[in-house]
Amino acid sequence: MNSLKKWWPTPVRSLFLFLVWLLLNNSVEFFHLFFGLVLAWLIPQLIHKFRLIQPGMKNPGAALRYGFMVLWDIVVANMQVVKLVLGPNKRLRPAFIKIPLDLTDNLSITILASTVSLTPGTVSAEVLALNVGVDEPRYLLVHVLDLADEAELIQQVKQRYEAPLKEIF
Amino acid sequence: MSWLEWLVALLAVAGSLFVLLGSFALVKLPDFYTRLHGPTKATTLGLGALVLASMVYFNFVKAELSLQQLLIALFLFITAPITAHMLIKAALHLKLKTSASTSGKQNADL
Amino acid sequence: MLDLILQGCFFVVGLALLMNLYAAIRGPSVIDRLLALDTMYINSIALLLLYGIYLGTSLNFEVALLIAMLGFVSTVAVCKFLLRGDIIE
Repeated sequence: MNSLKKWWPTPVRSLFLFLVWLLLNNSVEFFHLFFGLVLAWLIPQLIHKFRLIQPGMKNPGAALRYGFMVLWDIVVANMQVVKLVLGPNKRLRPAFIKIPLDLTDNLSITILASTVSLTPGTVSAEVLALNVGVDEPRYLLVHVLDLADEAELIQQVKQRYEAPLKEIF
Repeated sequence: MSWLEWLVALLAVAGSLFVLLGSFALVKLPDFYTRLHGPTKATTLGLGALVLASMVYFNFVKAELSLQQLLIALFLFITAPITAHMLIKAALHLKLKTSASTSGKQNADL
Repeated sequence: MLDLILQGCFFVVGLALLMNLYAAIRGPSVIDRLLALDTMYINSIALLLLYGIYLGTSLNFEVALLIAMLGFVSTVAVCKFLLRGDIIE
């Protein structure tokens, strides 16, 4: 077990590298399999000292559900953006708003910010952590293309995206 | 033309229209912050549709296994929000002007 | 028929590229131009994907991946330069 840890410090990452290498070459010939295996072993060996420990996933099923939900929301959000862009400029109500965050660790905040950027007419601009302490209030600064109701949007983001992320990590 | 080819055609047309819409938003909208919405959303979805079209074409119409396009889609869906984030951060840093109707400017220190 | 539809798609994406060019020339700020250039990168990937379907070859996808990576890295590097006045700190 110990030697397994030493040779493959991050097995999931190794598997990911291996698969990406095969996809990159678009083949499953012996040479590519072999070289992919070498790379999947070598790269984690070289970089695992620089690694920042991230929280592991607690609930992979929820993560999968989250991924599909986000993909669907991207399609829906685009229909809204189509309507807004083709309409007259005067009807837009752009705004900057702050969304208070309950999440604390960097990985889940990053995922939340990326999701917000890709989905509902919003682009995340900055994570405002007023004081960097863990218990201090944090905000996500968001630019909205067409703001109807600030409280409702905050509620929607918190319910639809933040709650499942809390479940995953 | 088989229905699979029609599916490819449909996805390709939808994808190109979304790409066009992203660029149109870039030209039409009033200020930088609103323009940013076009390329991050519409163009990314358009490329997703095009990737799907080429996956359907190569795997089912031509029946040769080709999954390389998945990498392009994966890469773009990961990098698009990061690019948008960096761009809007730089814009806030340089204090670019917003259009007059923007509310909540005090939130962004503008 | 598929060829014809794909040629129509070339036209549409080409139009999008011209719009990006216009946005890049108009500006008015550096970041507007940067955004237009980044969109141009992504649109050329779209063009490459379509061309791959048109020719029936999967060789283009590696080029598309390279362009995607170069576009991302260069955009982020310029953004970082604008933010900090330095790229590698």
